[in-house]
Amino acid sequence: MSEIRTLIVDDSSVMRKIVERALRQAGLDSLVVHEAGSGAEGIEVLKKEKVEIILSDINMPVMDGLEFLRQLKAQNLAPGVPVIMITTESSEEHVKQAIQAGAVGYIRKPFTADQVKERVLPLLTPA
Amino acid sequence: MGVSLRESVELISDPKNLDASVEEVFQTMLGGQCRREKDGQAVYEPESVTAVVGFGGLFSGACVLRSDTSTARVVAGRMTGVDFDEVDDTVRDAFGELCNMLAGAWKARVPTLAGHCGLSVPAVITGRDYNIHVQSPEFKVHHFFSFDGSRFDVTIICDGLK
Repeated sequence: MSEIRTLIVDDSSVMRKIVERALRQAGLDSLVVHEAGSGAEGIEVLKKEKVEIILSDINMPVMDGLEFLRQLKAQNLAPGVPVIMITTESSEEHVKQAIQAGAVGYIRKPFTADQVKERVLPLLTPA
Repeated sequence: MGVSLRESVELISDPKNLDASVEEVFQTMLGGQCRREKDGQAVYEPESVTAVVGFGGLFSGACVLRSDTSTARVVAGRMTGVDFDEVDDTVRDAFGELCNMLAGAWKARVPTLAGHCGLSVPAVITGRDYNIHVQSPEFKVHHFFSFDGSRFDVTIICDGLK
């Protein structure tokens, strides 16, 4: 697989590293990772960088994941780029809100590398 | 008619939910089994590390994870693949995230609770000779566990249920 540029948004630097490790374990060796500690930082990254996929937490200070999704749409940033939420907030209501705001998938913490692989790879591999 | 969690209090306070949540999180994120310790004691020397994640909404309270500094370093090491000589920002971050996942896994076990209860971002306290005091909680579930030869405890405190 060619180089995959990704944005990981999470206020925990440990979780960003764990998500990155899971992506590499999924076979994405040629991964270029951009990191952001909040939705607001994620927006700034996307003003400068192009990515193929975004993985974002929901519960974050400054700007949470749902507002991040709304801002992506409002500012027309990363159009067509799939966003997967990785979060402890996993109720039907939270999933519904995230999908309505533009997310294409959801991974509940705690997660395994296989779960990340199952959700992410189909979004990167041409049909 | 509004949703009420009062009817589900027995289900919400079921101690088995806490044990199952701890097992799920440790197995998935740390790749190891932890064991419930029935004797309910631990001495955290020389200092303890405490992570707190608040619950808000129809259920208010907190999930509290506590251990000594050595266990916190072991846990952070297993999560990150890095060895830690001291409790630094990364260890505190890992410990807080672990508490966050415990809180999320615990509330996900009761569907009516999951949809009507939000989580705060984690707060982590390190030090000695401190207590976390909650005035007249509705209920409290407090269990001790061991993991990889280390001890820790997890408490679910409910101080309001609507």
